[in-house]
Amino acid sequence: MADVSISREEVAHLARLSRLALTDAELERFAAQLDVIVGAVARVQEVATADVPPTSQAFGLVNVFRQDAVAAPLGAPAALAEAPAAEQGRFRVPRILAED
Amino acid sequence: MSATGAGAADGPDLVRLTAAQMAAAVAAGEVSAAELARAHLDRIAETDLHVHAFLHVAGEQAMAAAREVDRRRAAGEPLGPLAGVPLALKDVFTTADMPTTCASRILAGWQPPYDATVTARLRAAGVVILGKTNMDEFAMGSSTENSAFGPSRNPWDLSRVPGGSSGGSAAAVAAYQAPLAIGTDTGGSIRQPAAVCGLVGVKPTYGGSSRYGLVAFASSLDTPGPLARTVLDAALLHEAISGHDRLDSTSLDAPVPPVVAAARRPDVTGLRVGVVAELSGEGYAPGVLARFREAVDLLDSLGAKVTEVSCPHFRYALPAYYLIAPSECSSNLARFDGMRYGLRVGDDGQASAEEVMSRTRAAGFGPEVKRRIMLGTYALSSGYYDAYYGKAQQVRTLVIRDFTAAFEQVDVLVSPTTPTTAFPIGERADDPMAMYLADLCTIPSNLAGNAALSVPCGLAPEDGLPTGLQVMAPPLADDRVYQVAAAVEAALDQRRGHPLLARASALDRAVLGEQEEGR
Repeated sequence: MADVSISREEVAHLARLSRLALTDAELERFAAQLDVIVGAVARVQEVATADVPPTSQAFGLVNVFRQDAVAAPLGAPAALAEAPAAEQGRFRVPRILAED
Repeated sequence: MSATGAGAADGPDLVRLTAAQMAAAVAAGEVSAAELARAHLDRIAETDLHVHAFLHVAGEQAMAAAREVDRRRAAGEPLGPLAGVPLALKDVFTTADMPTTCASRILAGWQPPYDATVTARLRAAGVVILGKTNMDEFAMGSSTENSAFGPSRNPWDLSRVPGGSSGGSAAAVAAYQAPLAIGTDTGGSIRQPAAVCGLVGVKPTYGGSSRYGLVAFASSLDTPGPLARTVLDAALLHEAISGHDRLDSTSLDAPVPPVVAAARRPDVTGLRVGVVAELSGEGYAPGVLARFREAVDLLDSLGAKVTEVSCPHFRYALPAYYLIAPSECSSNLARFDGMRYGLRVGDDGQASAEEVMSRTRAAGFGPEVKRRIMLGTYALSSGYYDAYYGKAQQVRTLVIRDFTAAFEQVDVLVSPTTPTTAFPIGERADDPMAMYLADLCTIPSNLAGNAALSVPCGLAPEDGLPTGLQVMAPPLADDRVYQVAAAVEAALDQRRGHPLLARASALDRAVLGEQEEGR
């Protein structure tokens, strides 16, 4: 079996990619746990699969179409009803551009 | 004496009826839907302090829905086969008149603007939704200990887990808070809690029940399905929620398998039953294996042709699942970004959108969800994709091929549903890999999408807790799993002289003790 291990630095990188602001204590704990889990799931590499196609969906449905019929939309008031912040009929978000 | 036996039943006894009996009693005018709803709401009020099956009880909406069924009956309108029957709905389906939280802080108090297809079909069938049940956060877990709002408890032993992730749904049905519940099964989340709570639980064929309005965890695996105390009740609910839905592009445009007819036909004469060689042995509790072998012998004695079947790639199903499901989850849960609904943390006017997202997700998700998002991100990242996600998808193909080959030899496959009975709360909380093993037997059918069911097969001698027999059938042959389960249920009930759940007394002792203390 492949000798896998996952470092604290790798977990910190994964947390950034995942948009998770983890504490140092969380990073410590998750690094140890993910190391065990990745080691266990790496067993899939034992299987010889050179000619085996991948399956992403069991029944392989493709190009499922329906009639493009006009229907009543949700509407802005319902869509905004649970927004953390709304302004002028829109979602208000924190700044998305850098200061400089 | 009435045909249903419900004529003389009052509140406390009403909750012990089966769903089929309740519906018949409502249709015959022996009991009103409002009386049924009230009896179950009273039972919830009396017991949920001990069980914690519900995150939200919707008493007013339930009573209104029940009265509407009574009005329709009085007006002579036709009623469906489950009209007036109360139900507990897993808090992962959207409901336009109740909050939907997925047991997560990130969605605490969230009120969706629309009904899931499953929700809408239940309402159309006249089913009375009592409230929303507890679960592992975003359906990730096997015990409900990952709920942000505290675990549910197993009515057989209140110090143990009810399984998961649909553990609140299972606990509610086992505690007679509802005769029916809806769960979702991504890796065993209906069958495993059903097994450890002594219930019938079914994962329909993938695509047989709609995912529209089901908050997504792993979209290629998520499957809504029924939990009930009897095989027939599960079949009635299965039929009520199934069928093609144009709002779910993975929904199968095929007739609903005749599950209710199969549940009424407890006959396995000549049926070819395959025992999966790879799903037993080391790591399984002795009592689980003993009851499983008895169930296999029972099927043999009832006229089934039992053989052993090998599915060599099933041993790689669990690792493949714990790459595929986290990968899909890391993508699906990206939608929880604190921008359009749900929690937002750290929006102080200075922080950027990206910083607010990271703070929101760190505060809103529990540890298991964070682990799986990072595991999925790892498996999908460049440099690791081929070795992990790609390899797991190939294993998925091999698991499907194992099933296809097996179903050329036999009509159904059987195994234990879970390797062990219900474990104590806290025992596996800090050991994710130990928790993942609870889904060892159920995962292959999620990867392959075929129908699978768990039916009670007795109590393990060592701890007196329920064990389950898993029955698996090819895609869209859901009726076969009901036919086998009906035969097992009928034979075991006859042998025991009463249904298995009549033995679950821990909860009633707890309620009784509380009443005595109060005197």
